[in-house]
Amino acid sequence: MSVIDELKSAIKAKLSELDLVIGWGPGFDPLHATPLFMRCEKDVDKLLWGPLNVHNPATYLPGLKGKKVGVVVKGCDSRSVIELLQEKLVKREELVIFGAPCAGVIDMGKVRRALGDLDKVNAVSIEGDNVVVTAGGKQHTLPLAEVAADKCGRCRYHNALISDVFVGEHLPPSVEQDDYADVEAFESQSLEERNAYWKREMQRCIRCYACRNACPLCVCRDHCIAQSRDPHWIGQGDNVGDKWMFQMIHAQHLAGRCTECGECQRACPVGIPLLALKRKLNKEIKELFDYEAGVDPNACPPLQSFKVEEEHINERGW
Amino acid sequence: MPASAGSELRIVGFLCNWCSYGGADTAGVGRFTQPTDLRIIRVPCSGRIDPLFVVKALMGGADGVLVSGCHPRDCHYSQGNFYARRRLEVLKRFLPTLGIDPKRFEYTWVSASEGQRWQSVVTKFTEQIHALGPAPNQCRSAQAPQEAERSAG
Repeated sequence: MSVIDELKSAIKAKLSELDLVIGWGPGFDPLHATPLFMRCEKDVDKLLWGPLNVHNPATYLPGLKGKKVGVVVKGCDSRSVIELLQEKLVKREELVIFGAPCAGVIDMGKVRRALGDLDKVNAVSIEGDNVVVTAGGKQHTLPLAEVAADKCGRCRYHNALISDVFVGEHLPPSVEQDDYADVEAFESQSLEERNAYWKREMQRCIRCYACRNACPLCVCRDHCIAQSRDPHWIGQGDNVGDKWMFQMIHAQHLAGRCTECGECQRACPVGIPLLALKRKLNKEIKELFDYEAGVDPNACPPLQSFKVEEEHINERGW
Repeated sequence: MPASAGSELRIVGFLCNWCSYGGADTAGVGRFTQPTDLRIIRVPCSGRIDPLFVVKALMGGADGVLVSGCHPRDCHYSQGNFYARRRLEVLKRFLPTLGIDPKRFEYTWVSASEGQRWQSVVTKFTEQIHALGPAPNQCRSAQAPQEAERSAG
Protein backbone atom coordinates (compact mmCIF):
# COMPACT_ATOMS: atom_id res chain seq x y z
CA MET A 1 0.00 0.00 0.00
CA SER A 2 1.37 3.42 -0.89
CA VAL A 3 1.97 6.12 1.71
CA ILE A 4 -1.08 8.09 0.64
CA ASP A 5 -3.43 5.12 0.91
CA GLU A 6 -2.02 4.18 4.28
CA LEU A 7 -2.45 7.76 5.45
CA LYS A 8 -6.04 7.86 4.24
CA SER A 9 -6.99 4.63 5.97
CA ALA A 10 -5.22 5.74 9.18
CA ILE A 11 -7.13 9.02 9.14
CA LYS A 12 -10.44 7.31 8.39
CA ALA A 13 -9.89 4.97 11.32
CA LYS A 14 -9.46 7.91 13.70
CA LEU A 15 -11.89 10.35 12.09
CA SER A 16 -14.85 9.48 14.31
CA GLU A 17 -12.97 10.60 17.47
CA LEU A 18 -11.83 13.88 15.92
CA ASP A 19 -13.47 17.21 15.15
CA LEU A 20 -11.35 17.60 12.05
CA VAL A 21 -8.10 16.55 10.43
CA ILE A 22 -5.84 19.03 8.66
CA GLY A 23 -3.89 17.97 5.59
CA TRP A 24 -3.45 19.06 1.99
CA GLY A 25 -5.92 18.92 -0.85
CA PRO A 26 -6.09 20.00 -4.49
CA GLY A 27 -5.82 23.76 -4.99
CA PHE A 28 -6.90 26.03 -7.82
CA ASP A 29 -4.53 24.31 -10.25
CA PRO A 30 -2.66 20.98 -10.25
CA LEU A 31 0.58 22.60 -9.05
CA HIS A 32 -0.81 24.33 -5.98
CA ALA A 33 -1.99 22.13 -3.14
CA THR A 34 -3.98 23.89 -0.47
CA PRO A 35 -4.69 23.13 3.19
CA LEU A 36 -7.55 20.66 3.50
CA PHE A 37 -9.84 20.41 6.51
CA MET A 38 -11.27 16.90 6.64
CA ARG A 39 -14.48 16.29 8.55
CA CYS A 40 -15.94 13.26 6.74
CA GLU A 41 -14.63 10.29 4.77
CA LYS A 42 -15.40 12.05 1.48
CA ASP A 43 -12.99 14.81 2.48
CA VAL A 44 -10.28 12.29 3.31
CA ASP A 45 -10.39 10.96 -0.25
CA LYS A 46 -9.18 14.39 -1.46
CA LEU A 47 -6.02 14.15 0.64
CA LEU A 48 -2.70 14.71 -1.16
CA TRP A 49 0.77 13.67 -0.09
CA GLY A 50 3.99 14.53 -1.89
CA PRO A 51 6.27 17.39 -2.89
CA LEU A 52 3.32 19.72 -3.51
CA ASN A 53 2.39 19.82 0.19
CA VAL A 54 4.23 23.03 0.85
CA HIS A 55 2.02 24.52 3.59
CA ASN A 56 2.66 23.96 7.26
CA PRO A 57 -0.62 22.69 8.77
CA ALA A 58 0.70 23.33 12.30
CA THR A 59 -0.15 27.01 11.70
CA TYR A 60 -3.82 26.28 12.36
CA LEU A 61 -3.37 24.38 15.60
CA PRO A 62 -3.18 27.23 18.17
CA GLY A 63 -6.42 28.64 16.77
CA LEU A 64 -8.17 25.29 17.20
CA LYS A 65 -7.36 24.90 20.88
CA GLY A 66 -10.21 23.16 22.69
CA LYS A 67 -11.07 20.99 19.70
CA LYS A 68 -9.80 17.50 19.10
CA VAL A 69 -7.71 17.91 15.98
CA GLY A 70 -5.82 15.55 13.74
CA VAL A 71 -2.93 16.90 11.76
CA VAL A 72 -0.86 15.39 8.97
CA VAL A 73 2.76 16.48 9.19
CA LYS A 74 6.02 16.48 7.29
CA GLY A 75 9.24 16.47 9.29
CA CYS A 76 9.51 20.27 9.48
CA ASP A 77 5.81 20.61 10.37
CA SER A 78 6.29 18.15 13.22
CA ARG A 79 9.00 20.41 14.67
CA SER A 80 6.50 23.28 14.72
CA VAL A 81 4.03 21.03 16.54
CA ILE A 82 6.71 20.15 19.09
CA GLU A 83 7.57 23.81 19.62
CA LEU A 84 3.87 24.60 20.14
CA LEU A 85 3.65 21.76 22.67
CA GLN A 86 6.77 23.02 24.45
CA GLU A 87 5.20 26.44 24.87
CA LYS A 88 1.87 24.92 25.90
CA LEU A 89 0.12 26.64 23.02
CA VAL A 90 -1.54 23.35 22.09
CA LYS A 91 -2.40 20.37 24.23
CA ARG A 92 -0.97 16.96 23.43
CA GLU A 93 -4.17 15.17 24.42
CA GLU A 94 -6.14 17.27 21.92
CA LEU A 95 -3.89 16.27 19.04
CA VAL A 96 -3.61 13.21 16.86
CA ILE A 97 -0.51 13.47 14.70
CA PHE A 98 -0.21 11.56 11.44
CA GLY A 99 3.38 11.51 10.24
CA ALA A 100 5.05 10.31 7.08
CA PRO A 101 8.50 10.70 5.55
CA CYS A 102 8.88 13.72 3.27
CA ALA A 103 11.52 13.80 0.56
CA GLY A 104 11.23 17.55 0.04
CA VAL A 105 8.67 20.05 -1.16
CA ILE A 106 8.82 22.25 -4.23
CA ASP A 107 9.69 25.93 -4.20
CA MET A 108 7.14 27.70 -6.41
CA GLY A 109 9.72 30.36 -7.31
CA LYS A 110 12.11 27.77 -8.73
CA VAL A 111 9.30 26.12 -10.71
CA ARG A 112 8.27 29.50 -12.06
CA ARG A 113 11.80 30.20 -13.20
CA ALA A 114 11.96 26.81 -14.94
CA LEU A 115 8.57 27.22 -16.63
CA GLY A 116 8.61 30.92 -17.42
CA ASP A 117 5.24 31.45 -15.77
CA LEU A 118 2.83 29.44 -13.66
CA ASP A 119 -0.41 30.47 -15.35
CA LYS A 120 -0.90 27.61 -17.78
CA VAL A 121 -0.27 24.50 -15.71
CA ASN A 122 -2.56 21.69 -16.92
CA ALA A 123 -1.20 18.65 -15.14
CA VAL A 124 1.42 17.70 -12.60
CA SER A 125 2.68 14.23 -11.79
CA ILE A 126 5.47 12.89 -9.64
CA GLU A 127 7.59 10.28 -11.40
CA GLY A 128 10.40 8.99 -9.26
CA ASP A 129 12.64 11.91 -8.37
CA ASN A 130 11.14 14.16 -11.02
CA VAL A 131 8.21 16.52 -11.03
CA VAL A 132 6.61 16.43 -14.47
CA VAL A 133 4.64 19.58 -15.19
CA THR A 134 2.52 20.03 -18.29
CA ALA A 135 2.07 23.71 -18.96
CA GLY A 136 0.77 25.38 -22.10
CA GLY A 137 0.90 22.10 -24.00
CA LYS A 138 4.58 21.51 -23.16
CA GLN A 139 5.93 18.90 -20.81
CA HIS A 140 8.69 19.90 -18.38
CA THR A 141 10.58 17.27 -16.40
CA LEU A 142 12.03 18.96 -13.34
CA PRO A 143 14.28 16.99 -10.97
CA LEU A 144 12.93 17.39 -7.46
CA ALA A 145 16.43 18.10 -6.15
CA GLU A 146 16.54 21.20 -8.37
CA VAL A 147 13.12 22.63 -7.64
CA ALA A 148 12.94 21.65 -3.96
CA ALA A 149 12.90 24.41 -1.37
CA ASP A 150 16.32 25.37 0.01
CA LYS A 151 15.31 24.13 3.46
CA CYS A 152 14.89 20.59 2.06
CA GLY A 153 18.50 20.42 0.89
CA ARG A 154 19.74 20.85 4.44
CA CYS A 155 16.90 18.93 6.13
CA ARG A 156 17.83 16.53 8.91
CA TYR A 157 14.27 15.75 9.89
CA HIS A 158 12.52 14.22 6.89
CA ASN A 159 10.49 12.00 9.20
CA ALA A 160 7.99 13.38 11.65
CA LEU A 161 9.73 13.73 15.02
CA ILE A 162 6.49 13.22 16.88
CA SER A 163 3.55 11.17 15.70
CA ASP A 164 0.77 8.92 16.86
CA VAL A 165 0.59 7.16 13.52
CA PHE A 166 3.62 6.94 11.25
CA VAL A 167 3.36 5.44 7.79
CA GLY A 168 6.09 4.66 5.28
CA GLU A 169 9.80 4.06 5.52
CA HIS A 170 12.09 6.38 7.47
CA LEU A 171 14.35 8.55 5.30
CA PRO A 172 17.97 9.35 6.14
CA PRO A 173 18.89 13.02 6.76
CA SER A 174 20.06 15.07 3.77
CA VAL A 175 23.06 16.40 5.69
CA GLU A 176 24.64 15.45 9.00
CA GLN A 177 24.84 18.98 10.40
CA ASP A 178 23.42 22.29 9.29
CA ASP A 179 26.57 24.40 8.88
CA TYR A 180 24.73 27.68 8.23
CA ALA A 181 26.95 28.27 5.21
CA ASP A 182 24.37 30.66 3.73
CA VAL A 183 24.49 32.89 6.81
CA GLU A 184 28.27 32.95 6.71
CA ALA A 185 28.32 33.73 3.00
CA PHE A 186 26.00 36.68 3.60
CA GLU A 187 28.16 37.90 6.44
CA SER A 188 31.27 37.95 4.28
CA GLN A 189 29.93 41.23 2.91
CA SER A 190 30.69 44.58 4.51
CA LEU A 191 28.26 46.15 6.96
CA GLU A 192 27.29 48.79 4.38
CA GLU A 193 26.53 46.14 1.77
CA ARG A 194 24.38 44.17 4.21
CA ASN A 195 22.53 47.32 5.24
CA ALA A 196 21.90 48.29 1.62
CA TYR A 197 20.77 44.72 0.85
CA TRP A 198 18.08 44.71 3.52
CA LYS A 199 16.92 48.21 2.65
CA ARG A 200 16.54 47.13 -0.95
CA GLU A 201 14.67 43.95 0.02
CA MET A 202 12.47 45.57 2.65
CA GLN A 203 11.57 48.38 0.28
CA ARG A 204 9.48 45.86 -1.66
CA CYS A 205 7.45 44.82 1.39
CA ILE A 206 3.76 45.64 1.02
CA ARG A 207 2.97 44.94 4.67
CA CYS A 208 0.42 42.29 3.84
CA TYR A 209 1.57 40.35 6.93
CA ALA A 210 1.37 37.07 5.02
CA CYS A 211 4.68 36.09 6.64
CA ARG A 212 3.16 36.52 10.05
CA ASN A 213 -0.09 34.74 9.24
CA ALA A 214 1.69 31.75 7.71
CA CYS A 215 4.04 31.40 10.67
CA PRO A 216 3.00 28.55 12.99
CA LEU A 217 4.62 30.25 15.97
CA CYS A 218 3.20 33.74 15.46
CA VAL A 219 0.35 33.14 17.85
CA CYS A 220 -0.68 36.66 18.90
CA ARG A 221 -2.71 37.14 15.69
CA ASP A 222 -5.11 40.04 16.32
CA HIS A 223 -3.04 41.19 19.28
CA CYS A 224 0.18 41.55 17.28
CA ILE A 225 2.13 44.55 18.51
CA ALA A 226 2.69 45.59 14.91
CA GLN A 227 -0.91 46.81 14.82
CA SER A 228 -1.17 48.17 18.30
CA ARG A 229 -1.66 51.92 18.67
CA ASP A 230 -0.61 51.94 22.29
CA PRO A 231 2.29 51.37 22.37
CA HIS A 232 2.73 52.49 18.80
CA TRP A 233 5.57 50.27 17.66
CA ILE A 234 5.29 50.96 13.97
CA GLY A 235 3.55 53.71 12.09
CA GLN A 236 1.35 53.42 9.03
CA GLY A 237 3.94 55.01 6.74
CA ASP A 238 5.40 53.19 3.78
CA ASN A 239 9.03 54.01 4.47
CA VAL A 240 11.52 51.24 4.67
CA GLY A 241 12.08 51.79 8.40
CA ASP A 242 8.52 50.82 9.36
CA LYS A 243 8.58 47.73 7.16
CA TRP A 244 11.94 46.69 8.45
CA MET A 245 10.87 47.27 12.02
CA PHE A 246 7.99 44.86 11.49
CA GLN A 247 10.39 42.18 10.34
CA MET A 248 12.53 42.87 13.40
CA ILE A 249 9.49 42.30 15.60
CA HIS A 250 8.79 39.04 13.80
CA ALA A 251 12.39 37.87 13.98
CA GLN A 252 12.93 38.82 17.62
CA HIS A 253 9.68 37.20 18.70
CA LEU A 254 10.84 33.98 17.05
CA ALA A 255 14.34 33.99 18.49
CA GLY A 256 14.94 30.56 19.96
CA ARG A 257 11.54 29.34 18.79
CA CYS A 258 11.76 29.32 15.00
CA THR A 259 11.91 25.82 13.53
CA GLU A 260 12.91 27.08 10.07
CA CYS A 261 9.88 25.71 8.28
CA GLY A 262 10.29 28.64 5.91
CA GLU A 263 6.62 29.53 5.76
CA CYS A 264 7.34 33.27 6.16
CA GLN A 265 9.50 33.28 3.08
CA ARG A 266 7.21 31.01 1.07
CA ALA A 267 4.15 33.12 1.83
CA CYS A 268 5.86 36.39 0.93
CA PRO A 269 4.28 37.65 -2.30
CA VAL A 270 7.28 39.82 -3.16
CA GLY A 271 9.96 37.26 -2.40
CA ILE A 272 11.83 38.82 0.51
CA PRO A 273 14.33 36.27 1.89
CA LEU A 274 12.95 36.47 5.41
CA LEU A 275 14.22 33.09 6.51
CA ALA A 276 17.78 34.47 6.44
CA LEU A 277 17.03 36.66 9.47
CA LYS A 278 15.66 33.74 11.43
CA ARG A 279 18.50 31.47 10.42
CA LYS A 280 20.99 34.00 11.69
CA LEU A 281 19.23 34.03 15.07
CA ASN A 282 19.09 30.24 15.13
CA LYS A 283 22.78 30.01 14.33
CA GLU A 284 23.65 32.26 17.26
CA ILE A 285 21.28 30.40 19.58
CA LYS A 286 22.86 27.12 18.57
CA GLU A 287 26.29 28.53 19.38
CA LEU A 288 25.29 30.21 22.63
CA PHE A 289 22.94 27.69 24.13
CA ASP A 290 23.51 24.56 22.04
CA TYR A 291 19.78 24.49 21.43
CA GLU A 292 17.59 23.70 18.46
CA ALA A 293 13.92 24.59 18.46
CA GLY A 294 11.23 21.97 18.01
CA VAL A 295 13.22 18.83 18.66
CA ASP A 296 12.49 17.93 22.26
CA PRO A 297 8.91 18.39 23.57
CA ASN A 298 10.20 18.65 27.14
CA ALA A 299 12.87 21.29 26.55
CA CYS A 300 12.37 24.95 27.45
CA PRO A 301 13.16 27.58 24.78
CA PRO A 302 16.47 29.25 25.75
CA LEU A 303 15.16 32.80 25.91
CA GLN A 304 12.45 31.73 28.34
CA SER A 305 15.00 30.36 30.77
CA PHE A 306 18.54 31.08 31.96
CA LYS A 307 21.54 29.59 33.64
CA VAL A 308 23.23 31.39 36.51
CA GLU A 309 26.60 30.57 34.96
CA GLU A 310 26.40 30.98 31.20
CA GLU A 311 29.04 29.00 29.37
CA HIS A 312 29.28 31.09 26.23
CA ILE A 313 28.43 34.59 27.43
CA ASN A 314 31.14 36.88 28.68
CA GLU A 315 30.16 37.50 32.29
CA ARG A 316 32.10 40.74 32.71
CA GLY A 317 30.04 42.26 29.93
CA TRP A 318 31.56 44.78 27.64
CA MET B 1 33.70 65.13 26.93
CA PRO B 2 31.64 68.27 27.65
CA ALA B 3 28.89 69.29 25.24
CA SER B 4 30.82 72.39 24.23
CA ALA B 5 33.71 70.28 22.92
CA GLY B 6 31.91 69.33 19.73
CA SER B 7 28.77 67.98 18.18
CA GLU B 8 26.77 65.64 20.35
CA LEU B 9 25.45 62.31 19.17
CA ARG B 10 22.23 60.64 20.21
CA ILE B 11 22.90 57.84 22.63
CA VAL B 12 20.04 56.13 24.42
CA GLY B 13 20.70 54.51 27.77
CA PHE B 14 18.33 52.01 29.35
CA LEU B 15 19.16 51.89 33.04
CA CYS B 16 17.66 49.68 35.67
CA ASN B 17 16.04 51.50 38.57
CA TRP B 18 17.81 49.61 41.32
CA CYS B 19 21.46 49.54 40.31
CA SER B 20 22.61 51.42 37.25
CA TYR B 21 20.27 54.37 37.62
CA GLY B 22 21.51 54.62 41.19
CA GLY B 23 25.07 54.28 39.94
CA ALA B 24 24.58 57.14 37.52
CA ASP B 25 23.06 59.16 40.35
CA THR B 26 26.05 58.36 42.56
CA ALA B 27 28.31 59.55 39.78
CA GLY B 28 26.30 62.78 39.61
CA VAL B 29 26.31 63.32 43.35
CA GLY B 30 30.07 62.67 43.34
CA ARG B 31 30.41 65.35 40.64
CA PHE B 32 32.28 63.06 38.28
CA THR B 33 32.74 64.52 34.83
CA GLN B 34 30.55 62.71 32.31
CA PRO B 35 29.81 63.08 28.62
CA THR B 36 26.36 64.52 27.98
CA ASP B 37 25.38 62.55 24.89
CA LEU B 38 23.48 59.90 26.81
CA ARG B 39 19.71 60.18 27.22
CA ILE B 40 18.70 57.97 30.08
CA ILE B 41 15.49 55.94 30.14
CA ARG B 42 14.82 54.46 33.54
CA VAL B 43 13.33 50.99 33.55
CA PRO B 44 12.23 48.88 36.51
CA CYS B 45 14.69 46.08 35.75
CA SER B 46 17.05 45.11 32.93
CA GLY B 47 14.71 42.16 32.47
CA ARG B 48 12.11 44.71 31.36
CA ILE B 49 14.22 45.57 28.34
CA ASP B 50 12.79 44.01 25.25
CA PRO B 51 15.53 43.67 22.60
CA LEU B 52 13.06 45.46 20.37
CA PHE B 53 13.51 48.62 22.46
CA VAL B 54 17.10 48.63 21.29
CA VAL B 55 16.23 47.82 17.69
CA LYS B 56 13.56 50.51 17.67
CA ALA B 57 16.02 53.07 19.03
CA LEU B 58 18.65 52.17 16.44
CA MET B 59 16.09 52.16 13.62
CA GLY B 60 14.68 55.44 14.86
CA GLY B 61 17.96 57.27 14.56
CA ALA B 62 19.90 56.65 17.77
CA ASP B 63 23.63 56.55 17.16
CA GLY B 64 24.20 54.18 20.03
CA VAL B 65 22.30 52.27 22.71
CA LEU B 66 23.66 51.38 26.13
CA VAL B 67 21.86 49.00 28.46
CA SER B 68 22.94 48.73 32.05
CA GLY B 69 21.56 46.67 34.89
CA CYS B 70 22.47 45.09 38.19
CA HIS B 71 25.38 42.68 38.18
CA PRO B 72 24.26 39.09 37.56
CA ARG B 73 23.34 37.47 40.89
CA ASP B 74 22.61 40.94 42.37
CA CYS B 75 19.25 41.60 40.73
CA HIS B 76 16.63 43.29 42.87
CA TYR B 77 14.12 40.82 41.45
CA SER B 78 16.70 38.02 41.72
CA GLN B 79 16.59 36.85 38.10
CA GLY B 80 15.64 39.71 35.76
CA ASN B 81 19.15 40.33 34.56
CA PHE B 82 19.76 36.66 33.80
CA TYR B 83 16.99 36.77 31.20
CA ALA B 84 18.30 40.11 29.99
CA ARG B 85 21.80 38.74 29.61
CA ARG B 86 20.62 36.00 27.23
CA ARG B 87 18.36 38.25 25.18
CA LEU B 88 20.87 41.06 24.86
CA GLU B 89 23.70 38.74 23.90
CA VAL B 90 21.55 37.21 21.15
CA LEU B 91 20.61 40.70 19.96
CA LYS B 92 24.22 41.86 19.91
CA ARG B 93 25.15 38.93 17.72
CA PHE B 94 22.13 39.56 15.48
CA LEU B 95 22.90 43.20 14.64
CA PRO B 96 25.76 42.62 12.15
CA THR B 97 23.41 40.75 9.81
CA LEU B 98 21.27 43.87 9.55
CA GLY B 99 24.31 45.90 8.61
CA ILE B 100 24.29 47.72 11.95
CA ASP B 101 27.67 47.91 13.63
CA PRO B 102 27.41 45.80 16.82
CA LYS B 103 29.64 48.37 18.55
CA ARG B 104 26.68 50.75 18.54
CA PHE B 105 25.05 48.59 21.18
CA GLU B 106 26.56 47.47 24.46
CA TYR B 107 25.19 46.07 27.67
CA THR B 108 26.93 46.25 30.99
CA TRP B 109 26.44 45.88 34.73
CA VAL B 110 26.86 48.79 37.15
CA SER B 111 25.72 48.71 40.77
CA ALA B 112 24.32 51.67 42.71
CA SER B 113 27.56 52.30 44.57
CA GLU B 114 29.76 52.16 41.48
CA GLY B 115 29.75 55.84 40.54
CA GLN B 116 33.31 55.54 39.35
CA ARG B 117 32.51 52.55 37.19
CA TRP B 118 29.51 54.35 35.72
CA GLN B 119 31.73 57.26 34.77
CA SER B 120 34.18 55.01 32.98
CA VAL B 121 31.41 53.01 31.24
CA VAL B 122 29.62 56.05 29.92
CA THR B 123 32.85 57.76 28.87
CA LYS B 124 34.16 54.69 27.10
CA PHE B 125 30.86 54.05 25.33
CA THR B 126 30.49 57.66 24.23
CA GLU B 127 34.01 57.66 22.86
CA GLN B 128 33.26 54.43 21.00
CA ILE B 129 30.17 55.95 19.40
CA HIS B 130 32.01 59.14 18.50
CA ALA B 131 34.68 57.03 16.83
CA LEU B 132 31.94 55.38 14.71
CA GLY B 133 30.27 58.70 13.93
CA PRO B 134 26.57 59.30 13.29
CA ALA B 135 24.54 56.21 12.37
CA PRO B 136 23.21 55.86 8.83
CA ASN B 137 19.52 56.62 8.50
CA GLN B 138 17.67 53.30 8.58
CA CYS B 139 14.30 54.72 7.56
CA ARG B 140 15.52 56.09 4.28
CA SER B 141 15.31 53.75 1.34
CA ALA B 142 18.45 52.83 -0.53
CA GLN B 143 17.01 53.80 -3.90
CA ALA B 144 15.92 57.38 -3.38
CA PRO B 145 18.27 59.07 -0.92
CA GLN B 146 17.99 62.52 -2.52
CA GLU B 147 14.24 62.57 -2.33
CA ALA B 148 14.23 61.65 1.33
CA GLU B 149 16.83 64.31 2.01
CA ARG B 150 14.69 66.94 0.36
CA SER B 151 11.62 66.06 2.39
CA ALA B 152 13.68 65.99 5.57
CA GLY B 153 15.39 69.29 4.88
